[in-house]
Parts: sequence; structure tokens; C-alpha cells
Amino acid sequence: MSTAQARQADWWGTTAVCVDYGNRRALDQVTFHAPPGQVSAVVGGDGAGRTTLLRCLGGALAAGAGVVRRPARRDIGYLPAGSGTYPDLTVAENLAFRAAAYQIPAATAGERITGYLDRAGLLAARDRLAGRLSGGMRQKLGVIAAMLHRPALLVLDEPTTGIDPVSRADLWSLIARAAADGAAVVIATSYLDEAERASHVLVLDTGRELAVGTPDQIVARMPGSLRASDARPPGAAGLRSWRRDGRWRVWDPGGTTSGDGQPVRPDLQDAVTVAILAGELAGDDGAPDGLPGARHVTEGCDE
Amino acid sequence: MWAMIVKEFRQLRRDRRTLAMMIVLPVLLLVVFGYAASFDVSAIPTVVAGPFAAQTQLHAPFELVRSAPAQREAWARAQLRDGKAAVAVVSGSKPVVLIDGSQLFTARAALTALETAARRSPAAATPEVRVLYNPGLKTSDIMIPGLAGVVLVFVGIIITSLGVVRERQTGTLEQLAVMPLRPRDVFLGKIVPYFAVASVDLAIVLGVGVALFGVPFRGSYAVFALGALLFLFVTLGLGVLISSVSENQGQAIQLSIMFTLPQVLLSGLIFPLSSIAPGVRWISYLLPLTYFNQISRGVMLRAEPIGPLWQPLLFLALLGLIVMSLAMLRFRSYLSPAGPAGRRGGKTPAPAAATAAAGTGPAGSR
Repeated sequence: MSTAQARQADWWGTTAVCVDYGNRRALDQVTFHAPPGQVSAVVGGDGAGRTTLLRCLGGALAAGAGVVRRPARRDIGYLPAGSGTYPDLTVAENLAFRAAAYQIPAATAGERITGYLDRAGLLAARDRLAGRLSGGMRQKLGVIAAMLHRPALLVLDEPTTGIDPVSRADLWSLIARAAADGAAVVIATSYLDEAERASHVLVLDTGRELAVGTPDQIVARMPGSLRASDARPPGAAGLRSWRRDGRWRVWDPGGTTSGDGQPVRPDLQDAVTVAILAGELAGDDGAPDGLPGARHVTEGCDE
Repeated sequence: MWAMIVKEFRQLRRDRRTLAMMIVLPVLLLVVFGYAASFDVSAIPTVVAGPFAAQTQLHAPFELVRSAPAQREAWARAQLRDGKAAVAVVSGSKPVVLIDGSQLFTARAALTALETAARRSPAAATPEVRVLYNPGLKTSDIMIPGLAGVVLVFVGIIITSLGVVRERQTGTLEQLAVMPLRPRDVFLGKIVPYFAVASVDLAIVLGVGVALFGVPFRGSYAVFALGALLFLFVTLGLGVLISSVSENQGQAIQLSIMFTLPQVLLSGLIFPLSSIAPGVRWISYLLPLTYFNQISRGVMLRAEPIGPLWQPLLFLALLGLIVMSLAMLRFRSYLSPAGPAGRRGGKTPAPAAATAAAGTGPAGSR
């Protein structure tokens, strides 16, 4: 399949993928489709399985079961959880190595490298060792290196974690550019405000899908009702609460509209928090799936 | 301080390899090297030529390996050159004893034994003694060809293992695994620079040895280069193997030392192989430096041609083949997508379930 053909694929992603690390199931029947030309986000808490899913997509990890649909290696750009760059090579040398490995013609590579470095604000640092860059600069270098060959599938594992807002903006400019160029971009992030920019979002928790869809769909499918209160609500049966923006969010799975506080319109952050709480409730009840919108699977990986 | 001590013990307990090295290795090394550390030569392989070869009697430590009455001095010299004996006696009206000076300790033992015999039997005809290949019995002449091998061991094993394991530590190995590079290309790309550096190192060591210490280089450069090439293959392969079983550079160094130290002490570089206890000597024949020593001393000091060196060359080639194959296999699995550790009976879907387009496929396909 040529790169042009790869860009015309309907989606890249996984179908009912399972991955085990020893006796621990890291991914359990996860289905996630990333369409070309769009940014798709994978969110979830620590140990949710985001990195495992992205490693499967990027080709760094073989799934135990299920289908991984990805283009040929030359059409995949992958940024691992680190920056994936060589600290003892300069910015320019790192990118030159990547260009040579992907057999990008020298003139094209030079043009792209200059363009991307300029866009990311790294042009002045092109002769600096990658190991001497700040964390944000190194992440930007990693993203540029991953997208240098204009891949059909760009997989970025937490590219913006731990970096300043300005660098995040630069990185999102690069990511948006890659999507605009036709790549299916999959990004793992722990920042839900970033996930809201994505066209598709997958919420994972302990290796299972909690919610999947567009940010609006995930918010719309949120069960129950949500209120905001200045004081922590008394521990009423069935209520769950958490702190946000200096106030208390109170979720009532039963969906009653009465109670302390004002009703609030949930956003993605609320919906994801509720999805995780709903998953916990379902676990408490012994139910297999507790959230509308999650893909209900009936066949296990063990079969 | 107590908290620090407890923390260190906890870390040490979890680093099983270091713990094993600290406890087991010293005992093991003491036993092995205790048996190896001996300069005493109890047997000197000797050939006898000339018309009175049959009548010539040898006394300990000289041990007859061949008697050839029809042969003369040229044959005896060839026997020494080809490493088939350390001493050659050419019988005749004026007997001559030829001693291979490239086997330093054996040569010294032979000279001592001859002097002792002369003192015991002053009436007997004193043979003419000639020390060949290293007439001055200079230590540098026999050490520098072997030290060239030690340099190659250091570069080949230690530096290579660090270079490869560094990729794992910086996380770039996973990046390489998903790039459109064949494992063979990555493997060769990793070792060729070390091969080049080791070759330059070798040339420098030999150049300095010849220029500064006056070590002779009497044999064929091509034969020496062939031996060095095969030896480098083994050491570079060992470096990659070590790196593939090491989690970090510290572990790689530990393992490298475990492979390097025995080579220095058991290869015949310092202690003569014949002086090493048989229970330990078999280890020597598993070490590539043992064979490189034979080649480098043979070529440099005795101008030994390729023919008699077929054995060490063959062993190096076999070791290289085994080690490189293992290293390549390990490296290939290193660069393959990591499989889940426990599949719990998970089944890969039938091909029909996977998208049939090129570049896609069942889980784990590349």
C-alpha cells in the first residue's frame, strides 16, 4: 500500500484488542478507530492502558488477541512516552537520522526540517544537543521527528505532559498541521481540555473502554445529573462528589434534579470523571458495564 | 543514616545480579584463577631430528612429541614456527637445541633445565642452544601481540554492549523497532562503527608496539587481519549479546567484566596454557582470546603461515558464527514488537476478520 493509499483508509485502530502483562490484563477488548485527517484522543487515569494501546497502534507491542489495523511501518509516526530522541545528537542530527531512515530525499527533508523547526520555535536550537533541550523543546523535537515523513498514522504518547502552556500551544499547532495534512493522529493525554479538541475520544479505565465517541457524544451520554455546590454535600446514598475549580461537583446517578447546589452543564472533564465513577459503581454492583456509550462486549479475550 | 542503609539493602536485594556477583563471583574467581595462576612449566613439548634422534634421551621437563631421524634443522625450525613444539633438538656431531622464544615461560624453563643438566653432567657434550623468534626473551615481544587482543576485547565487548544498551535506556530502541529498518540493518548499523573503531585501535596498538617497543612483525599482514577480523566478530557479537540481556549500562558492565576478566587470565596471555590446571584449562579453549593469542604471536613473532593456523582460525570462525547468530536472534527479538507475557488463551482472529489491505492484519502483524 502506498502512502497515498494509506491516507485514503477509512480508519486506523483496534478492534476488540486484548493485551496481558503476565496475569494483569492491560487492555480488555478495546476497540478504537482513528479516522484520517482528524485528531483522536485516548484519555484515562494512571494504569488505564493508554500507553499500551498506543504501543499496539504504533507497532511496538503485539496484541494478544483482536485486530490492529495500521499502515505499513514507513507510514507510521510514533512518539513513545519519552521523546524518542537521541540526547547525544543535536536537533538537526536527530532529524537527519530520521529523514535518512525513512528515505526522505535530502532536499525535501531539509525543507521540512526547517519548516517544522520554525513552526515549533526550535530553529535557533537546531545545533543544540537534544539532551540539553528543555523538556518541552525535547517533546517538540520528538513530535517533529515522528511526523517528519508525513505518516498516514501519527501516534503520540503524552506529547504535552509536563510542559509549559506556550510549548503546548506550539505542539498542538504541529499536531493540527499533521491532521490537516491528512494523517490520522492518535494522541494519549491526561489533559481533558486537550481531549476536547479531538474529534474522537476514547476513555479507558484499567484497560477497559468506559466511553467512546466525539466529546459532545460522550458528554451527552453522561448518565444521571450533575450539580455544583460550594460545600461538600452530606454523604447521601448513591451520590458521588469531587472538587473542581474550587467548588464541589455532585453527581447523582439516579438523575434526580433536586438537592443542594446548582445544576451544571457537564463538559468532557465532568463526563470522563462520571464515566470512571460509573465504572466503579458497576464494579461494586458486579455488573460488567455501567456506562451508556461504552461498547458492550460479550465475548472475552479468553475464548 | 539508618534509613539510607535500609534503603541500600532493599535495592541490593532486588538487584539479584549484583548480589550474585558480590557473593558468588569472588569465590568462583578465586578458585578458577587460583588454579590458573601458575608460571610453572612442568612439561615442554619437544621434537628431535637428525641422525641420532632415536638415541637421544630426553629428561623432564622435556617431553618427546615426535622423533624424526630423517629430518634436519629446517624441519625442526618449521616445527617450532608452526607451534607443534616448544623445543627442537637437532642431533648430530654438534647437537643443536632450538627453543621457541615466543613461548616465554616455556623457553625460560627450557634454558633452566638445560643449564641444570649441564651442571649435573659436565662431561657430556654441551649442545648449542639457540633461542628463536624472541632471542632476548623480551616480555614486551610476547605481551604486545596479546595485548592487541585485549584492546579488541575491551572495545568489542564492553563498549559495544554499552552502546546498544544505551538505546534501551534512552527509549530509542522502541523507536527503532517501529521504524522501517530491518533488524539486520539496525544490527549492522550498531556494530560497524565499533568494528571500525576497534580496527583503528588495533592498528594503533600494533604501531606503537612495533615503533616504541621494537616488537617484530615477521608474518603476513593478511593472515593477521583475517584472525583479527574473526576475533572482532566474536567480541562484537558478545557485546551485543550482553547488551540484549542487560537492563541498563551497569548490568552490561558487570557482565562484560565477567566475560573479559577470564579472557585476560585464562587465554595464555599471562599464564602459559600448559601451566593451567586441566580442570580449569578447558575454559581457556572456549575463550576467543586464546585463539587470537595463538594467531597474533604466531604471525608476528614466528611468521607462521596460514596453514598451521587453521585450527585457531577455524575455532574463531565457529565461535563467531555461534555468537553472532545468537546475538542476531536476540537483537531481532529485541526489535520485534514485544509480545504479551501471558496471552491467557487469547486467539488471533481468523484472517477474514482482519482487514485485508496491505500493511494491516491480525494483531501483531507488521
